[in-house]
Amino acid sequence: MSLARLNIVDRPLPKGKSEVSLSAFAFLFSELVQYCLANVKSTGELESRLESVGVGVGLRLLELLCQRERASKRDIRLLDALKFVSTTLWKYLFGHQARDLEHSTTAPDEYMINDYDLFVNKYISLPKDYASLNCAAFVAGIVRGALDGAGFPSRVTAHFVPVQGQAKPKTVILVKFDASVMKREERLPS
Amino acid sequence: MPAIYTILIINKSGGLMFDRDFLPGISKTNGNDTLRLASIWHSVNAISTQLSPMPNCLGIELLQADTFDLHCFQALTGIKFLAMTEPQTPDVANLLRYTIYDLYADYALKNPFYEVDQRIKCELFDNHLNYTITGLHRRWGHPV
Repeated sequence: MSLARLNIVDRPLPKGKSEVSLSAFAFLFSELVQYCLANVKSTGELESRLESVGVGVGLRLLELLCQRERASKRDIRLLDALKFVSTTLWKYLFGHQARDLEHSTTAPDEYMINDYDLFVNKYISLPKDYASLNCAAFVAGIVRGALDGAGFPSRVTAHFVPVQGQAKPKTVILVKFDASVMKREERLPS
Repeated sequence: MPAIYTILIINKSGGLMFDRDFLPGISKTNGNDTLRLASIWHSVNAISTQLSPMPNCLGIELLQADTFDLHCFQALTGIKFLAMTEPQTPDVANLLRYTIYDLYADYALKNPFYEVDQRIKCELFDNHLNYTITGLHRRWGHPV
């Protein structure tokens, strides 16, 4: 039987073409931000709207990537889950791994994923009234969705951090895990 | 020495969307005069298409004066990109058509905070345009 006539659930999950047009994405993302901008009162509200759109994407990506690239294996340890996000998920989304994954020195439940040029911000110039906005809040939402789906509820935010000697600031995705996650992690053997 | 003095962008109804001078020491027009000039150019350009003896005229593309050249490129959407340059500056038509139009399409139109036909206040657009024109001036031997 030819592939096309197989039932959709019997067909192998296709790898698909992994690249899409950057312009097409930029226009779509621009519309998404404008949609979220309607009746918005503060930068925080806009960011949380963008984030909630990302969560749905993250949840679905977790399912898809675990099936496709990890042979249905899903990580249950905190560090493994974070590594999955910063390597496999990042590679699927951006074509490269995240620059680095850092553990906060001050708070044990905080991790940071650092990256330089996330293309969501490539064409966006911020006006004065939204100077503190980072549209990578959408990416933060994707990360939250993926971690949430894997059983690691957390609060994820995106920030710009200026780097000395660099014209562009880097984007830091800050992941703060829920207390329950940290408790469970302590109980598990290291 | 070839030089680009000023870049203007005019929207489809004759409003000024962007103006920027690039070399020091040229006589400046004030904001209102620039607005007026933009809308006059828009009208003159429209009249010129009617006056043309040939059909399908697209308007004035180049105006040459003793002291400057004025190049105009009109996009399909009706937006006009104008460059005032030193006479005999090479390749300005291509600069407007390919480089500056591209920058506009990228850094203004893909920016969610830009409203179509309003003034272009996009930091990234400014930066990239400056970088392009400064690069040209450097190549032509201007002190930068």
